[in-house]
Amino acid sequence: MSLGPAEVAKIAHLARLAIREKDAPAYARNLSAILDLVAQMNAVDTTGVAPMAHPLDMAQRLRADEVAEPNQRKHFQAIAPRVEAGLYLVPKVIE
Amino acid sequence: MEWETVIGLEIHAQLATQSKIFSGASTAYGAEPNTQACAIDLGLPGVLPVLNREAARMAVMFGLAIGADVAHRSVFARKNYFYPDLPKGYQISQYELPVVQKGQLTIDLEDGTSKVIGITRAHLEEDAGKSLHEDFHGLSGIDLNRAGTPLLEIVSEPDLRSAKEAVAYMKKLHQMVVYLGICDGNMQEGSFRCDANISVRRKGDPKFGTRAEIKNLNSFRFVERAIEFEIERQIDLIESGGKVVQETRLYDPDQGETRSMRGKEEANDYRYFPDPDLLPLVLDDEFIAAARASLPELPDGKKQRFVEQYGLSSYDAGVLTASRELGDYYEATVAALGSEPKLCANWVMGDLAAFLNKDNRDIGQSPVSAVQLAGLLRRIQDQTISGKIAKEVFEALWAGEGDADAIIEKRGLKQITDTSAIEKVIDDVIAANPEQLAQYRAGKDKLFGFFVGQVMKLSKGKANPQQVNELLAEKLKG
Amino acid sequence: MNSSSPTAMHDKTIAQLSASLAAGEFSSEELTRVFLARIEQFNPGLNAFITVTAEPALAQARAADQRRRQGEAGPLAGVPIAHKDIFCTNGVRTSCGSRMLDRFIAPYDATVVEKLNAAGVVMLGKTNMDEFAMGSSNETSFYGPVRNPWDLDAVPGGSSGGSAAAVAARLTPGATGTDTGGSIRQPAALCGITGIKPTYGRVSRWGMIAYASSLDQGGPMARTAEDCALLLGAMAGFDPRDSTSVDRPVPDYVALLDQPLAGLKIGLPKEYFGEGLDSEVARVVEAAIAEYRKLGAETVDISLPNSQLAIPAYYVIAPAECSSNLARFDGVRYGHRCENPKDLLDLYTRSRAEGFGAEVTRRILVGTFALSAGYYDAYYLKAQQIRRLISDDFRRAFAQVDVIAGPTSPTVAFNIGEKVDDPITMYLSDIYTIAVNLAGLPGLSLPVGFVGQRPVGLQLIGNYFAEDRLLNVAHRYQQVTDWHQRVPAGF
Repeated sequence: MSLGPAEVAKIAHLARLAIREKDAPAYARNLSAILDLVAQMNAVDTTGVAPMAHPLDMAQRLRADEVAEPNQRKHFQAIAPRVEAGLYLVPKVIE
Repeated sequence: MEWETVIGLEIHAQLATQSKIFSGASTAYGAEPNTQACAIDLGLPGVLPVLNREAARMAVMFGLAIGADVAHRSVFARKNYFYPDLPKGYQISQYELPVVQKGQLTIDLEDGTSKVIGITRAHLEEDAGKSLHEDFHGLSGIDLNRAGTPLLEIVSEPDLRSAKEAVAYMKKLHQMVVYLGICDGNMQEGSFRCDANISVRRKGDPKFGTRAEIKNLNSFRFVERAIEFEIERQIDLIESGGKVVQETRLYDPDQGETRSMRGKEEANDYRYFPDPDLLPLVLDDEFIAAARASLPELPDGKKQRFVEQYGLSSYDAGVLTASRELGDYYEATVAALGSEPKLCANWVMGDLAAFLNKDNRDIGQSPVSAVQLAGLLRRIQDQTISGKIAKEVFEALWAGEGDADAIIEKRGLKQITDTSAIEKVIDDVIAANPEQLAQYRAGKDKLFGFFVGQVMKLSKGKANPQQVNELLAEKLKG
Repeated sequence: MNSSSPTAMHDKTIAQLSASLAAGEFSSEELTRVFLARIEQFNPGLNAFITVTAEPALAQARAADQRRRQGEAGPLAGVPIAHKDIFCTNGVRTSCGSRMLDRFIAPYDATVVEKLNAAGVVMLGKTNMDEFAMGSSNETSFYGPVRNPWDLDAVPGGSSGGSAAAVAARLTPGATGTDTGGSIRQPAALCGITGIKPTYGRVSRWGMIAYASSLDQGGPMARTAEDCALLLGAMAGFDPRDSTSVDRPVPDYVALLDQPLAGLKIGLPKEYFGEGLDSEVARVVEAAIAEYRKLGAETVDISLPNSQLAIPAYYVIAPAECSSNLARFDGVRYGHRCENPKDLLDLYTRSRAEGFGAEVTRRILVGTFALSAGYYDAYYLKAQQIRRLISDDFRRAFAQVDVIAGPTSPTVAFNIGEKVDDPITMYLSDIYTIAVNLAGLPGLSLPVGFVGQRPVGLQLIGNYFAEDRLLNVAHRYQQVTDWHQRVPAGF
């Protein structure tokens, strides 16, 4: 599988990463090489093999429905880039 | 050209848990911004989700209530997209294996018929936060209190054929989740919201048309209006040679129209994959049986029982089972009175409902308890008071003046049933109206009513109407 | 300090330090000052630490001394350690080796940190690492490469390279690490120390910044298996905050160290000794295996037929998970935010592009692609199926043998800069470690010799929750060899 700079740009947009135009060919090259490496998987027939999402065959544990978290807004917002009136500020959200 | 509308609804019901679906932060509505957003809700680096048992139990209850298959194994997936109100850059939801699969709901239509609407699935997911658009120097403010609130997304089959059907379905679903106690149903606070998928096709066309999805519908009225507008728009578009584009549209209640929201739409490749931080939700028979045991009587069953047990009309039974609380109130009234379920129904649906409505109260906030109402009805039953006087007593009950008997006593409203006392009043009335008496005896029968009115007036409404009728007829004959 | 012989102090193992502290030979405060002084002396050359927490460390040391005086101290009380900068430490910068978190003061403690604090350890600081644990050489760190104490031109391995180098150079007697594809074992091998990646679910991931959630696992790095046993005993255990944490008692790893090896069956997978393995490394590893035979173990030739698929599967699964895990770094609630974003998209794309380095960017892109519409089945699902095959290989092997042994890394440490521009070659350095993560098994690396002046590691792989056995097998070897006691020249 070979990716060109245009495809890289598309993926980068999905991932919300600004990639400078001059870096795009190098990323395209690296990504293509990685996908070639990954393509070795195709040598094996995996028909009927159950996908393995977790190393351990366990079930989800359930938590009691209890309020256990105090208000820590001040503490958490001390590390925020920009807050006002308790809100995180971002450039205008257009809906 | 005849057009047919095809509608499917996706309803988001906020589950009425105390804490969030994956964290121990409170779900209470209306707190100061970000005071109920804990480390997990904020998506801080290194935090991990753990599923709330109650959210799972509520989802199972819903599944059982709609006769669905409850999955013994379901999987949480990540839906990846960037948005400021989505702290982790993904929403934890269920994708390939939802907890509730394939159920149905019967809706009642205005023409008295009913229709079965398929429910494709219902899955657990977390809510996002809110973007506030008040101006912060040209910026938006993000409040993540709502982030992580448990939602049950209920997806219908495209079985709905009109805005009215859609509303009927939504109301029925609303009634169901509130009955089950799994959602507070508060639409103003966003606890029950709807996205509608709408398309039109020429009648008889087996293929569905291209659909538009309308988001942000948080009232029954908006759903109806938005769908009606959208149907109109799509038909006009096609008839004038245009094409419906598959897109997300937003309903603007002020303008009464839907408009495209392409901004959010572009490149929606959500890259779903199983959330590696969560394990499969495995529900054993015991868990499901316990959820089943906790199911209350459901609206349809209760309605049917009211018809059979109390001899009510289907309509009355429907009104009285509209909510669990109203049904309970009604049954408590009947139980306290011990008989005359029809009389109880008339009062609950009549005077009581009117007073509740006037004061904008729920049945749970009624100042007149079921026992108090039954106390009043008992005095109608034993003829202590007339139905007319009862209305006066009810008003006093509502005003908190004590029980019916105390009010009747205090105000001297006890019905006069003593024949001699009534005869005395009749005699006085006849004596005071010789002219009318003459006319009546000359054949003017309808003056009978005049005499009844005069007797009731003189007795301050307390004379037993039936006795008045009988005795008056006798005396007027002369 | 002169009276208490600092050289002796920093050369002691954790077990020895624990005994000395218990015997009152020196205080934790004195000991801590020794290590802080060594960090001050050697870190500028090694770059093993991103943050040194001298004052809090001394406060912790004094508190530990107090506990000892009151007779409330456990074996780790007052023992200095370092944390990989991937573990959140309340009030202390937790950078994850990234510009993205250069100014991120963690607002809470990771469970591992909490547990070790409860055991009374002293945190000297936070160690350098590949950015977001993505790398095998520690060269992707925003804070610059770490140097290998055995040869300053060489990489220490990665991603826990700072921890490995700091332990090897005696800047700390032990450290925490994390291992997603070999990130504890490979740097342990390249720096000549001992490190264990426990079974997935054995050590809580709460507060450990996620790279690939279904593979990540924290573990200890120290000079000896015995020290790893002491640290792991304190780190491991059920954590209700981590859904993938296993509720299972933690054995007394130290008590189980001395079990005899007679009758132990060691599996030697032919795939781990074939093409790609440096012949000098092979010679050292084979010598170590011969030593095990002398200790009474029996070796069995086995096969893990899908081994060659581990790297391809890993480079789909890990990037896919990381592309999602790292989506939270958006410049809104914490972390790097670009200057004057012109709109929301600009805020996202620029904050992220400025905050992440090239390797992280590559993996996010690969993962995003592998999950995207039309490619999911061919990449992600396929990789998960391969993962099953690899896991089944191990299952079959453990029906036959008790542990599996082989080289940790196909080569000794390579030179700084040698592979940095060639991601694929770099990825291949984890060829023997990655399968263990895919299966979720425990793996340990211990030093078994040198090629030139650069150390060679032997990897031991155990069945699920057989950490006790791995530590025991490593410990017995260390009772009869002294590779773990070698000191890099100049330190």
